[in-house]
Amino acid sequence: MDSPQIVISASPHVHSDRTSKRIMYDVVIALIPAFLVSLYVFGYNALIATSVAIFSCLLFEYLIQKYLMKTEVTITDGSALLTGILLAFNIPAGLPIWMIIVGSLVAIGIAKLSFGGLGFNVFNPALVGRVFLLVCFPVQMTLWPTAVENNTSLADAVSGATTLGIIKDGLQFGETMTEISAKIPSSVNMLLGITGGSIGEMSALALILGGLYLIIRKVISWHIPVMILVTIGLMTGIFWFIDPEHYANPIIHLLSGGAILGAFYMATDLVTSPMTKKGMVIFAIGIGAITVVIRLFGAYPEGISFAILIMNAFVPLINNYFKPRRFGSKIKAKIT
Amino acid sequence: MLKTFPKGGIHPPENKLTSSKKIKRLPVPKVVYVPIAQHIGIPAEIIVDRKDKVEIGQVIAKSGGFVSSNIHSPVAGTVTKLDMVIDSSGYKKQCIVIRTDVKNESNFQDIEYPLKKEISLEPIEILKRISDFGIVGLGGATFPSHVKLNVKEGIKIDCLIINGVECEPYLTADHRLMLEKAEEIIVGIKILMSALHVNKAVIGIENNKRDAVELFKHLTANEKEIQVAALQVKYPQGGEKQLIRAILKREVPKNGLPLDVGVIVHNVGTIFAIYQAIQHNQPLIERVVTVTGKKLGDPSNFWVKIGTPINDLIEEVGGMPEGTRKIVNGGPMMGKAIKNTDVPVTKGTSGILIINEDEASRGEAKNCIRCGECVDVCPMGLEPHLLMNLTEKGMYEKAGQEDIMTCIECGSCSYVCPSHRPLLDYIRFGKNITKKLASSKN
Repeated sequence: MDSPQIVISASPHVHSDRTSKRIMYDVVIALIPAFLVSLYVFGYNALIATSVAIFSCLLFEYLIQKYLMKTEVTITDGSALLTGILLAFNIPAGLPIWMIIVGSLVAIGIAKLSFGGLGFNVFNPALVGRVFLLVCFPVQMTLWPTAVENNTSLADAVSGATTLGIIKDGLQFGETMTEISAKIPSSVNMLLGITGGSIGEMSALALILGGLYLIIRKVISWHIPVMILVTIGLMTGIFWFIDPEHYANPIIHLLSGGAILGAFYMATDLVTSPMTKKGMVIFAIGIGAITVVIRLFGAYPEGISFAILIMNAFVPLINNYFKPRRFGSKIKAKIT
Repeated sequence: MLKTFPKGGIHPPENKLTSSKKIKRLPVPKVVYVPIAQHIGIPAEIIVDRKDKVEIGQVIAKSGGFVSSNIHSPVAGTVTKLDMVIDSSGYKKQCIVIRTDVKNESNFQDIEYPLKKEISLEPIEILKRISDFGIVGLGGATFPSHVKLNVKEGIKIDCLIINGVECEPYLTADHRLMLEKAEEIIVGIKILMSALHVNKAVIGIENNKRDAVELFKHLTANEKEIQVAALQVKYPQGGEKQLIRAILKREVPKNGLPLDVGVIVHNVGTIFAIYQAIQHNQPLIERVVTVTGKKLGDPSNFWVKIGTPINDLIEEVGGMPEGTRKIVNGGPMMGKAIKNTDVPVTKGTSGILIINEDEASRGEAKNCIRCGECVDVCPMGLEPHLLMNLTEKGMYEKAGQEDIMTCIECGSCSYVCPSHRPLLDYIRFGKNITKKLASSKN
């Protein structure tokens, strides 16, 4: 038989069923619990902000690819969708819609497509969008809404500032942690999401749940999230142990702000994190350390977005220096 | 804990459709096409001519050098042509075409010999016969066995490893051979142990072949010198370097050989061929071939004469199924796609895999998302994405520094890539150029 329909290609002739698209949509699925919590806490505001971010990210990707870059349009690969969701998760509910659109343009246009599109960006697009907004509109970006009006049961629990913000302000006014701790939500509330903050960083529990899903589905490995959280826990723990009156305890640091969101979803972005496990550990320790330094000594109450972006810049260097061990290199002959 | 190699590896679906099917004997073909280059190294030199009558097992092409091998006539018959025939590489190769003499009874005699345990040959005679009888590695690499066994003085070998891993999906030729010829294989191991003067042999079998593991454990219960190692099911467990690492925890040095760590590895099929040669004077003229595929009527294992056209095998399992898009000579991970089913079975043909249209096409290659999956699965500790990139950009020297030459071409990287990037295609290409550049420098 010599049929023209026979395909000739080099081995391997089989492929696993994993695709990039599947990976992106797995992350989207993992974010659903956290999104549901934010809907519960912020109501329509969360829905609107998330929808606007997703829609504008997809639209900008489409427009830029089609008319500016004149390349194949890749809005169905799930990555722009994911950038939209993550951008929304990193901003306060109730941020003016036009600002969300600006953030999306920066994330997709500058952080992603100007570098060459999916796979070529050095920095996490959603975080670039968020940090751009934070630097340009510091007031609106730190205006944390109180609970939705018709949901009175939460009115007391949700304050007008984030936990980390309250602590930072309090310490600057010379208050001690004992005084401050009366004003911040309890650890249980932070775990459940009854606290102030960005749309996606409400409930540590929901975020961890999604993170576990990602680890089980092998979308991410445990190295980055665990090492970031361990580093934050250890470093803040040391300060708290030395001076508990001026430093918040590690539990507060781990459960508040974007620590969990950042560790599981932002830092693990495949494109902007190292390739090897060794590299991932170095990367994660760096993020944890920079986050703690900014939180404790910097001007901003929260620093994980900056920390991730700073470490993103080191990824090529990390990939170059932390290579996998080559089979058969530097071995001792051991013939018994 | 089952033994395995520490870094990398994948778990493709096993699809061993034929593992419970006894090896059947394929009817003697009317015509055989025997290529003279069935092994790695120098092709054999033809020593017969057109119209010559040949006996079964007669040498028809003589070894062309040290790294080469004799080729024997698989049938008794008449040489009709010395021709260029397309072989499994897709190129025309010199071939000896023999028409089977249907009246000659030796063609149809039973080649199933009774088990013979006593080894009467001296080590030197054993090695000579392995060389004379055209034995090459039957695992797929077809490296002439006598070259592997020719250990230079001063090099100490302390362990013989028998490769019964068969980690390629679909293939069951070695599995069936182990089940059906276990005692012969054990005698074959003893033959090699005496030839090499080693007193330790380990049979490595992947744990998805529990029956073979149990059988060999049972048969070697009183043999202190022969051990059975059940190995974790993980591709490429059967790669020589991975197997040695898994069983002995020894790592063959970069660009080195198993000899460097005191080991020789042989495939179970090769061991059986050696047994046949030493105990029953039978040269390598047939082998086990798995003919398989999800849409085939009756996927089976066969004893096949070297030189049998693949067509005959496909006819025997019910013919080419509707919608066939790919024919693979070998397994799905490392086998070669062929276009033409007239090509003959050679010493290296371990299986024929028929792939249907739903599985034949590759996914569209997308941007690398830098997930690092290829780095994770590479059993050699390489960075496939980087090697592809360097090859694409023509940076071969750098690719050489990044150890592109140590790639064993197992295909794990291409298998896992979620963006369907043709990593191994580029790496193979890069290896070729890097090798040429290196040799032109010297």
